Amino acid sequence: MMPRPIYLDYSATTPVDPRVVARMMPWLFDNFGNPASRSHAYGWAAEEAVEIAREQVATLIGADPREIVWTSGATESNNLAIKGAARFHAARGKHIITVKTEHKSVLDTCRELERDGFEITWLDVMENGLIDFEAFAAALRPDTILASVMLVNNEIGVVQDIARLGSLCREKKVLFHVDAAQATGKVAIDLSNLPVDMMSLSAHKTYGPKGIGALYVSRKPRVRIDALIHGGGHERGMRSGTLPTHQIVGMGEAYWIAHQNMAAENERIRGLRDRLMHGLMKLDQVFVNGDMTQRVPHNLNLSFNFVEGESLLMGIKDVAVSSGSACTSASLEPSYVLRALGRSDELAHSSIRFSIGRFTTREEVDRVIELISSAVGKLRDLSPLWDMHRDGIDLASVQWATH
Amino acid sequence: MAYSDKVLDHYDNPRNVGSMSSADEDVGTGMVGAPACGDVMKLQIKVNAEGIIEDAKFKTYGCGSAIASSSLVTEWVKGKSLDEALAIKNTDIAEELALPPVKIHCSILAEDAIKAAVADYRTKQGIPSASETEACPAVVVEKAAA
Repeated sequence: MMPRPIYLDYSATTPVDPRVVARMMPWLFDNFGNPASRSHAYGWAAEEAVEIAREQVATLIGADPREIVWTSGATESNNLAIKGAARFHAARGKHIITVKTEHKSVLDTCRELERDGFEITWLDVMENGLIDFEAFAAALRPDTILASVMLVNNEIGVVQDIARLGSLCREKKVLFHVDAAQATGKVAIDLSNLPVDMMSLSAHKTYGPKGIGALYVSRKPRVRIDALIHGGGHERGMRSGTLPTHQIVGMGEAYWIAHQNMAAENERIRGLRDRLMHGLMKLDQVFVNGDMTQRVPHNLNLSFNFVEGESLLMGIKDVAVSSGSACTSASLEPSYVLRALGRSDELAHSSIRFSIGRFTTREEVDRVIELISSAVGKLRDLSPLWDMHRDGIDLASVQWATH
Repeated sequence: MAYSDKVLDHYDNPRNVGSMSSADEDVGTGMVGAPACGDVMKLQIKVNAEGIIEDAKFKTYGCGSAIASSSLVTEWVKGKSLDEALAIKNTDIAEELALPPVKIHCSILAEDAIKAAVADYRTKQGIPSASETEACPAVVVEKAAA
């Protein structure tokens, strides 16, 4: 087998922890029952496994198990929370607030609601990627029914102050939804103390399987939403469809492991991230995107000025990372998250997201520093912009023939 | 995204990387693209007394396909007259490198870089730029199917 690239893309997805795999296996062949079968032991066993997993998920986020609704993943959870709340509460108002740096599954869902007659406020963020609280407060109106803000950003890893935003929402009687897909196991979440009405969760960002997630729907105060998927009335009518026992068991175990280990694990990962950052910042003209203090320990997003991101990815074929460059996206648009920070398009084109995880080693980090440094050097030797920079030419003053 | 072997080869071993003095009378420099768009190509040609391109150098900021396109054209223009160089079309570049549709703009940029370098050389030599007449694309009249 060929040696595989070093994986530093844990924000895209994580491997399923072998302990999780082991827990899932018996629920495929041996115990295959439908958790909704109330009339025999196959169903009872599956239902018990699902309820244990529900408790495990609830424990990680400080919720009651009855507040967990299984979904196919955070994209579905975001759709269910936003469309479900908007439709249920449409008679109260039609204004929704969200943020320009949210995940596409929030932005596109809001865009869809806009077509259905809702009015959306798309909030800007500050240069560090954080929400300006005053701007958020100013956006709230008497007809605002819902605000949706992510806890941890997927590209730059910044952590929003959802306690403060949520308190204001509760005071103004606005429902508050939080996309926490990138947050579980990375930041402590205690919903028994957080003023959050709905929270989207994913398994596969936290060493669980793909295709399973959950939506937390608060019971106190009781939050009501319309279902999107109708059928057998599973999950208290909020999400019909036969529950995938093995997936649910996997998500439960993954969240349980996160709950047990996250404090120690995050410190180890922070050490690796800082090592990577210090190693790469030795290069000239490297910039961090996003706030460095309000940030998960796993994420490092850097712009290597005068080097285009996709060409850098080509130069580090032995490293699996993501770029905010236009060329890596189908749309040929550079990362909308980095553009929302007000950074120049050049810096968005030159950005690389490193995300570190449970199985990253120090040796891997050191190797990545070497590989990146040498590729950046090679590409800057090729870059006319690097020459101009060294000649003291301000690139912003040049009249470019745009194409 | 999978790259063709030729793109990978040019990326790993770019041909004719470097710069010539853009002040020299026998050097034409073309710089096209913009940093905000994610690619900038600088192509330089050195033209001898017989009007033949005897050397070419490039520097490119851009994706692998942009680097490969500019590296390729430095090979292709060498030994050609200016008019022969201007005859290189982006479709030839795209075909040679097997560029996917989303990367065609890289080959267009490389063609533009040739035009810009030739125009710069001709301006220096006081030769009216031919590209002005070429600015209007020839109209191809196709016979309508009866």
